[in-house]
Amino acid sequence: MTPAAVRLSHLTLGYRRHPAVHHLSGAFEGGSMTAVVGPNGAGKSTLLKGIVGALKPLEGSIRLEGVGRKDIAYLPQQADLDRTFPIRVADVVSMGLWRKTGMFGTLTGRRQDEVRQALSAVGLEGFEQRPISTLSGGQLQRTLFARVLLQDAPVILLDEPFTAIDAKTQSDLLGLIHRWHGEKRTVIAVLHDLDCVREHFPATLLLARTPIAWCDTREALRADNLLKARAMSERFEDHARLCAGDAA
Amino acid sequence: MTPYDALVAPFVEYGFLKRALVGCLILALGSAPIGVLLVVRRMSLVGDAMAHAVLPGAAIGFLFAGFSVAAMTLGGLAAGLAVAIAAGLVARATALREDASFAAFYLVSLAGGVLIVSLHGSNIDLLHVLFGTVLALNDPALFLMASITSITLIALALFYRLLIAESFDPAFLRLQGGGAFAHVLFLTLVVLNLVGGFHALGTLMVVGLMMLPAAAARFWADTLEWQIVTATLAGMGSSYAGLLLSLHADLPASPSIILSAGAFYLASVLFGPNESLLNQLLKRQHLEA
Repeated sequence: MTPAAVRLSHLTLGYRRHPAVHHLSGAFEGGSMTAVVGPNGAGKSTLLKGIVGALKPLEGSIRLEGVGRKDIAYLPQQADLDRTFPIRVADVVSMGLWRKTGMFGTLTGRRQDEVRQALSAVGLEGFEQRPISTLSGGQLQRTLFARVLLQDAPVILLDEPFTAIDAKTQSDLLGLIHRWHGEKRTVIAVLHDLDCVREHFPATLLLARTPIAWCDTREALRADNLLKARAMSERFEDHARLCAGDAA
Repeated sequence: MTPYDALVAPFVEYGFLKRALVGCLILALGSAPIGVLLVVRRMSLVGDAMAHAVLPGAAIGFLFAGFSVAAMTLGGLAAGLAVAIAAGLVARATALREDASFAAFYLVSLAGGVLIVSLHGSNIDLLHVLFGTVLALNDPALFLMASITSITLIALALFYRLLIAESFDPAFLRLQGGGAFAHVLFLTLVVLNLVGGFHALGTLMVVGLMMLPAAAARFWADTLEWQIVTATLAGMGSSYAGLLLSLHADLPASPSIILSAGAFYLASVLFGPNESLLNQLLKRQHLEA
């Protein structure tokens, strides 16, 4: 896997001109494994949406090095999925092979093996033929994780991947993330559990709309930085003035 | 009257009934799968909206060329696609959700159609477009319906996985590519089937043959594939039953067909094997694991 980097330059992302991520510069280097941490409304999910191209920057730029947009695997926070949709677990997971099979490719025996392996990697052996309407929230999340696994992507974005997931599964999934890290994939994960971040993630971006710290995890999660992040006001100011920012 | 006389003979003896039956069977074959996809996409009412949107185009075609299949079809197709694409664009580019933008565009289109028809035609003409002429299907109309059903089935066969993936997780496909294409393809198929159907059943009733079997299929099957099979068979059965009903009870044909489909829907809600009302009553005991 050739390492792929994501470089941000004066990136401002937001809604109705109000910034949710404000003047963020820096890089997720190729093969890095970074946790994105911060209070609610800090712009963590917005940042991921910006990187996958679902949200256009209000200012600044996002540059992908060594990959295209479509080479990014993205696990959204609450996937906007209809849980009653009559589709089987294996069909959802095999969507991860989209780039390889294309619209017309057949799911040969080898591909089906890959689907089975991905399901077993997230602890869902034997769930292939289950309709997704019979899954619990955590099981659906693991199904989507298996899809990310099959995407075999050089850049992987995870938005709160462990929500609704039990402790044992979380440690299995963390094992997967470490494997990706070992394979020099670039992993960016939005997380809330600071202990988990300290234990597993070498680098951290602490975000409170503006970046508070983006460095080695121990340094980034120092008490004074966390305090600064907590002081962020969640409210938009209705009559905020236009930002002169670094553009000037 | 022997069963043969009651059930088969009319379709052998009367050419117009044979044509009506063939037309409706063709229609059911193409539009039932589209209906099932609309249901699972939670777009059940979009079929209705699109049917209304088709009206002004058909009316303009009618004004220019009279009762010409080609002119009314092209007009209907143009109007339907215009509304579908405009609504899709507004939904993608602005904060308005797709159902709301569909509602807005189809209402404008419908009002335009009513205006055109009332300025230039008599009410009889409007009734033809609204309720169809299933008992007077000519060759061009039958060929048109057969072509549209063929196109639909071929498109489904080629793009099935794409259409399902886009229905289930549009955001995923938007990132991976193919999402916009799938969306446009699907709406085009919806419009095509409605346009093909309105010659037979009229712009209003045609939605019934698309949606009622599809909604009923939910009570018969868990998987999409079996829902499509069920809906297709149900649509065909309703067409046959409806034509018989219309013949023997001397009722108008297209509402009889849709009411037959409605009866099947009602029976499915009550007695279908998959989570129907009766089914929920009977299976109250739980399993061990």
